[in-house]
Amino acid sequence: MQLGGTSSGARAGSWAALAAGRIAVLVAVLLALGSLWEGYRWVWMSRGWTWPFEVSDRTMPHLHEIVAQLFRQWPEGGPVLGSTLLDAALFTAKEAAVGFAIGAVVGFALGAVIAHFRVLQRGLMPYVVASQTIPILAVAPMVVVGLGSGITVFGYAYVPADWLRVSVIAAYLTFFPVTINTVRGLHSADPLALQLMHSYAASRWTVLWKLRLPSALPYLFAAFKIAATASVVGAIVGELPSSIQSGLGGAILNFNQYYSAEPKNLWATNLVAALLGIAFFLAVVLAEKVVVHRAPERFA
Amino acid sequence: MSSSELVVSLKGVSKAFAAGVLALESIDLEVRRGDFVSLIGPSGCGKSTLLRIIGDITEPTSGEVVVNGKPARKAREDRDYGIVFQAPVLFDWRTVERNIALPLEMEGWDRSRRQARIAEMLELVELTGFEKHYPWQLSGGMQQRVSIARALAFSPALLLMDEPFGALDEMTRERLNLELLRIWAETGSSVVFVTHSIAEAVFLSTHVVVMTPRPGRVSACVEIDLPQPRTQETREDPRFFELVTEVREALHATGADEVEEQLAAEGPA
Amino acid sequence: MTTMPYLEPRQTLPRRLLDWVVEWLPAFVVFALGLVTWQWILPDVVGIERFLLPRFSAVAETFWTERDALWSAGWFTFKEALGGWVAGCSLAFLAALVLARWRPLGRALMPYAIAANAIPIIAFAPITNAWFGTFSPTSKMAVAAVLCFFPVLVNSLRGLTSVRPESIELMRSYAASEVSIFWRVRIPTSLPFVFSGLKVASVLAMIGAIVGDYFGGSIEALGIQIRSSVGLSQFEYAWAAIVVASILGLLFYGAISLTERLVLHWHPSRRRGE
Repeated sequence: MQLGGTSSGARAGSWAALAAGRIAVLVAVLLALGSLWEGYRWVWMSRGWTWPFEVSDRTMPHLHEIVAQLFRQWPEGGPVLGSTLLDAALFTAKEAAVGFAIGAVVGFALGAVIAHFRVLQRGLMPYVVASQTIPILAVAPMVVVGLGSGITVFGYAYVPADWLRVSVIAAYLTFFPVTINTVRGLHSADPLALQLMHSYAASRWTVLWKLRLPSALPYLFAAFKIAATASVVGAIVGELPSSIQSGLGGAILNFNQYYSAEPKNLWATNLVAALLGIAFFLAVVLAEKVVVHRAPERFA
Repeated sequence: MSSSELVVSLKGVSKAFAAGVLALESIDLEVRRGDFVSLIGPSGCGKSTLLRIIGDITEPTSGEVVVNGKPARKAREDRDYGIVFQAPVLFDWRTVERNIALPLEMEGWDRSRRQARIAEMLELVELTGFEKHYPWQLSGGMQQRVSIARALAFSPALLLMDEPFGALDEMTRERLNLELLRIWAETGSSVVFVTHSIAEAVFLSTHVVVMTPRPGRVSACVEIDLPQPRTQETREDPRFFELVTEVREALHATGADEVEEQLAAEGPA
Repeated sequence: MTTMPYLEPRQTLPRRLLDWVVEWLPAFVVFALGLVTWQWILPDVVGIERFLLPRFSAVAETFWTERDALWSAGWFTFKEALGGWVAGCSLAFLAALVLARWRPLGRALMPYAIAANAIPIIAFAPITNAWFGTFSPTSKMAVAAVLCFFPVLVNSLRGLTSVRPESIELMRSYAASEVSIFWRVRIPTSLPFVFSGLKVASVLAMIGAIVGDYFGGSIEALGIQIRSSVGLSQFEYAWAAIVVASILGLLFYGAISLTERLVLHWHPSRRRGE
């Protein structure tokens, strides 16, 4: 499709205006959320309302104090909390990214195989789909604790590194959506386009590479977006039962224990966790923009 | 009821869009009771916009729109017309009968009166027996017939049709053309009909209004004096071909070809 | 656009039964193979040990002998999930109605709602514990509600704003009021989207209720029992609890799907038998 004949100069100008508009909206949204928080806090505290919960410095610290906490030393004389949390976030990001990669590769491979054999599809898809309806994350403690004692396969013992055990959870959560959408995506090719490829006497591989895979990309990215978030959640939750202290999950557990002493630490940690989740999501969005050059379509 | 009674009267109607594009410029148009008026012109000549202005779906920038002797808004609020779009625009969640009942529900008809009317309408568009079907269970032509039945349900004096058969195949289209003429004759309503097809316009209409593009203006009004009622044989009448040629020449004189090329070069907006 | 009218295929009952068996045979075979693998191949051939995955028979036995404890914990957790789901979904739908009413606001906020979906909200469980008390079901409901909120908001807003302009023009030609357009067009158009949001939310609500327990919770709750039984090396009990959670999750999802089928019996997707 050819683009319209408007000059690139005008386009660059409108792009700058668009970017400025977006930043303005971002600032407005953040300000609105911030004032909602502070306003709620103020009204509930000044009225002494205790429903649905009692508002205090303990339950809802000032936003600016939460942000300021990131630049304070914790514990006293130690490193700045922000840098501790950054290290933790990077550790969790590593677990999540490795898990995401494993889950995506295995999920895609299985999806491709299932899509190729109809019998497999009828045999396996009901379970892959049903897996979407059950709280898979609940197995995290078993997998992480179980793998901690090492795994023996056909007599060969292997003890995975601590962070790798957590990655298994992230991989597990990535795997299912990717498998489902790979199957759907590979089947989504336009029947007419398939007939066209048939008329070229194209081989199965050519059809897969030149038609089925490109048609599947939007589906794949839709799955990657879900999985990006899920892998971060998996990494954080996976750290909880494994007594791994170096990640965000460990930090949350730790600061949760001392919440009454210093609630702002936990809030700051959650802020960092939220940013990590959004960063993972945006990374996938960016990758999609680079890889998929076509009119944006809506995929759930 | 005099035959010269005005159903639609447009005086100096213009429409400019926000981007400064002048879509329509000082359109004068009159439709009398019993007329079948087709608006024809190339893409971008504003014929659909004109239809929507008559129906008070779009407001004109300037000019006067009178429908049944009232301002267009009053006419819409009095439900003086029925509208048919290019797509059937049936509600997926309603069965055929409930889709036809929609305007009657708005009018506040009671249930038994509605049922009687629906049966009558389904008979008119020859879809009796499909009451309980959902739209997706019907073919494209059948869906469009349902939407015509819906438009006619409260016997409006005026029927507005925006390329209603544009998405259908030639066979279905010719059949529905005949059906529309039969319905028009039976109900005695007036029709404003937007189309791309010269042959369709000539076959159906009492008057064909030829429009120029960018900005849209009325460039010619061709009176179609083919005898009524029209049948399949009308299409082989030498007079039919003469009129088709006349409309075609009027259309080419508008510079439609250049505009089509220009639009094609610009690509989809 | 000239598709044939849809006709219901008519077949005899035994014939349909046979088709059904053939259709689902591979699924049954996989189920049987899965059980065999779980019971014998994993422990005896591959050498997977008990602490990773106990034998099927052992889990099944615990599932039966501990059924009272398991199901009462399951019910406790399900109530938390359901409460959170109801609260989160209702709030989200109300918010979507507001944002759909003021379109520019909705358009501007949509990307933020989508981004909020990417936040690991489950990490806020300790904070709701601090708000409502660690052992209070309300704190798990709150997490479940927040988890449900964003997917339902995004889906409902998409649904409410995906009405075809011609449908609105048609209603305007009937001089229909905004209220009438809302009930007769916007709500029915949005329902398929809303239901897919509700289904996603049901899974998230269960996850919120169970995983929220990992940060502390009542001993009556499923998540706490899973964690503590793992700590006590009662792996059979933990896996049996997972089975309970899965059954409840499946039923929850299934109940919404069933409602969806009843409400959306008109939906074109039904023709493909999805």
